[in-house]
Amino acid sequence: MGRYIIKRILWMIPVLLGVSFLVFSLMYFTPGDPAAIILEVEATPAQMEACREEMGLNKPFFERYITYIYQAFVKFDLGTSYINGRPVMTELLQRFPYTFRVAGISVLVAVAIGIPLGVMAAVNQYTWKDHLSMLAALFSMSMPNFWFALMLVLFFSLKLGWLPATGIGHWTCYLLPCFSIGVHSAAGLARQTRSGMLEVIRQDYIVTARAKGQRESKVIFGHALKNAMIPIITQVGTMLGRQMGGAIIAESVFSIPGIGSYMSTAIKSRDYPVVQGGVLFVAVIFALSMLLVDILYTYADPRMKSRYESSAKKQG
Amino acid sequence: MERDRRKKKSQFIMAMNRLKRNRMAVAGLVIITVMVLASVCAPVIAPYGYEQQDLYHIFAPPGNGHIFGTDNLGRDIFSRLLYGGRQSLKIGVVSVAMASAVGILVGCGAGYYGGRVDNLIMRFLDVFQAVPALLMSIAIATTLGPGINNAMLAIGITTIPGYARMTRASFMSVRGMEYVEAAAAINATDLRIILKHILPNAISPMIVQITMGVASSILAAASLSFMGLGAQPPLPEWGAMLSAGRTYIRDYPHLCMIPGATIMLAVLSLNMLGDGLGDALDPRLKN
Amino acid sequence: MDHQPRKWMEVKDLAVEYTVEGDRVHAVNQVSFSLDRGQTLGLVGETGAGKTTIAKSILRILPDPPARICGGEIYFEGEELLTLPEKKMRTIRGNKISMIFQDPMTALNPVYTVGSQIAEVVALHQKVTGREAQMEAVRMLEKVGIDGERFGEYPHQFSGGMKQRVVIAMALACGPKLLLADEPTTALDVTIQAQVLDMMNQLKEEFGTSMILITHDLGIVAEMCDQVAVVYAGQIVEMGTAEDIFDRTAHPYTEGLFNSLPRVEGSKKRLTPIGGMPPNPMELPKGCAFSPRCPYAAKKCAEQCPGLRHLEGGHYSRCIKENVVRREKR
Repeated sequence: MGRYIIKRILWMIPVLLGVSFLVFSLMYFTPGDPAAIILEVEATPAQMEACREEMGLNKPFFERYITYIYQAFVKFDLGTSYINGRPVMTELLQRFPYTFRVAGISVLVAVAIGIPLGVMAAVNQYTWKDHLSMLAALFSMSMPNFWFALMLVLFFSLKLGWLPATGIGHWTCYLLPCFSIGVHSAAGLARQTRSGMLEVIRQDYIVTARAKGQRESKVIFGHALKNAMIPIITQVGTMLGRQMGGAIIAESVFSIPGIGSYMSTAIKSRDYPVVQGGVLFVAVIFALSMLLVDILYTYADPRMKSRYESSAKKQG
Repeated sequence: MERDRRKKKSQFIMAMNRLKRNRMAVAGLVIITVMVLASVCAPVIAPYGYEQQDLYHIFAPPGNGHIFGTDNLGRDIFSRLLYGGRQSLKIGVVSVAMASAVGILVGCGAGYYGGRVDNLIMRFLDVFQAVPALLMSIAIATTLGPGINNAMLAIGITTIPGYARMTRASFMSVRGMEYVEAAAAINATDLRIILKHILPNAISPMIVQITMGVASSILAAASLSFMGLGAQPPLPEWGAMLSAGRTYIRDYPHLCMIPGATIMLAVLSLNMLGDGLGDALDPRLKN
Repeated sequence: MDHQPRKWMEVKDLAVEYTVEGDRVHAVNQVSFSLDRGQTLGLVGETGAGKTTIAKSILRILPDPPARICGGEIYFEGEELLTLPEKKMRTIRGNKISMIFQDPMTALNPVYTVGSQIAEVVALHQKVTGREAQMEAVRMLEKVGIDGERFGEYPHQFSGGMKQRVVIAMALACGPKLLLADEPTTALDVTIQAQVLDMMNQLKEEFGTSMILITHDLGIVAEMCDQVAVVYAGQIVEMGTAEDIFDRTAHPYTEGLFNSLPRVEGSKKRLTPIGGMPPNPMELPKGCAFSPRCPYAAKKCAEQCPGLRHLEGGHYSRCIKENVVRREKR
């Protein structure tokens, strides 16, 4: 198992190199002159040229890329923002806790709504409970997420005045953003849970459990759900990974000073170091969450463990 | 041969019969058809031009000559929705067409050749999918610059891996099957095996994925517009209308609500259709 | 059947129907049989005849929907099982009546250790601590010939035969009075079949358990069963002691089953399979369900549904014609 984890972590390196290359090239080809962004509008051409020289912007593409990689992967230095001159890494780490909190709570909301809903729908297949919950899931899946967020703000903050619309000053500030993300993710989770449960419920070992005299609730939640958990774990893990990379839309709707809003302002103002560093950071977080998912698999499904071990042995 | 064709046809008819019995799917199909027709016929149906301003009646509430009211420049929201549908639905369809064409080709390559080619392609997709799709499409759209066509391209590119993986998975599941080996044993050509034996098996999940892909592309386009990367004014597009209305949400919420509800209706109907197609094409999943 | 005091276990006029895409199908019809303590009843018939449905009806674990028990009574130790409240029924399942399933590969939950799956049934029905339940599970594993050390292993680490042993250990863990064994050896290798059957016989003796053994293998029936009921298209077509069935075969279908068996003695003779296909339960013939395949069928067979006719002792046959089968005695 340890070998498998190490193998997975090592595999992250080429993926991250690939991601950094992709983003670096994207930013390289983006129209617009960084020097013009850094300097004031009325800077002279000579000043611009000096700035480019100083930043190493005149060097060839690959040289710049190699320098960037070296700084990022060896010294963990993602450069400084063009706009405010602050180190990207510091800023990311400062903002991460907010994003983490929002992500964590939203995923909890999604799990708390999605999984019970999916189980209920599966157990009551083809009844009104099933139809109603799947229709609700379909609705929430089909809403543009920022629209749903705006509607929540409109209703709970502007009309009723119960909850703050933006900010992070008080715990109530987290309710609307987390609820808006959570409900959206719960939809997919409920659908996944339902189809997973429907498949599992027909298995022979469920009949075995009933034949033992086990209570129906234990049959469903103990025997069936634990088997249906495997695809659910993947989905929850992916969700968490995504959200921890910053809910770009929700963070900007609710003005949460997390990774997402950092990135979206950076993208709008063409602050390349921030975009590059941010994307890389998000990719690392995402890869780590997927690794976590794989480790959790072995707890959910004992068959996975031996499969991992044999694959680690086979490929070195 | 003849019998084979008849069997296939009857399978198709059976699937369509199952689809017809699914009320949700039929409702989805009807709604999306109406929306597409309305967008196509926008110049005929729309009571006003999409740029036509009525500065005496800005922020008019729904009703009174403007079914859905007017926006901050006194433009008729209903007319703008009709014209906007042309953009929004186009983004959905074109980006999916692009993504699925490339994705299926790539997936066929990976699935069919296997080995090193497969490994290389899959690792490339890994890199691509290491960044959440929305962030990736925002980054690509930023590079390409704002505008409808670039948004379409950005969404198309980021959704390629999904189609590629799916095609590859169908290949993998069918590859080891005895009937494919049997076909190879009687010296059927590679192309023939792909076309006759492998693709037909991959087609049902693909149809579902494409239908729902259009839905999620419309949503992604709305997000891009929200970031200011989609349609540029004065061209109406649902997402852009919605994000423009955001400024006035406190006093004139209909500017925001109506375009959002329209997006939801389109996406919902496509998802309902997709679900129904899934059940109809693969009845095993239903039971 | 005549009605004196209730038998220890008795099924009366059991009927089960399935609903398939709006159409109702009778999977089991007018099935009646009884069983004494310590005896083994064999339910014999082709795949799809309704044998498993009968067994699952006794435990009331048929998937509802689509299946529904629509008539009949099942008496077990003086209680009518079909009208028992679910809560009471749960104390019987796995405890007084337990079941061994056909396919050991899928009968065990892949995400729990085999030991905990055995301990689960013990903990459900006996007032024991978790620790004691585990000890009991280890004891049961050893009883079916599996090293108790393997308690903490998962089903995927066991072979098919070993899994079936685990299933048997699970079924016998609470010392059931009645064991429903649904083709317990069909999915196993021939060499392992004998081992498993021997073990079942031994344990059955040890626990004093009665058994309903579902099989399509007449060899197993000869070896294990006291009573035999032959099931065709959801009905019992012949029933009696093993001797009745083997030596005084009365129903053409039973005869057909015997003729399709390979015999060692008369090895020159070719096998004679039963002609035609098992009937589609959606469109059963109007009269005798076997009539389309029956070599002795007369015109009236296709028109009139025969009842179970008493022959002698406990021997019954569902055939209009008397003494049609004259099987040479071996």
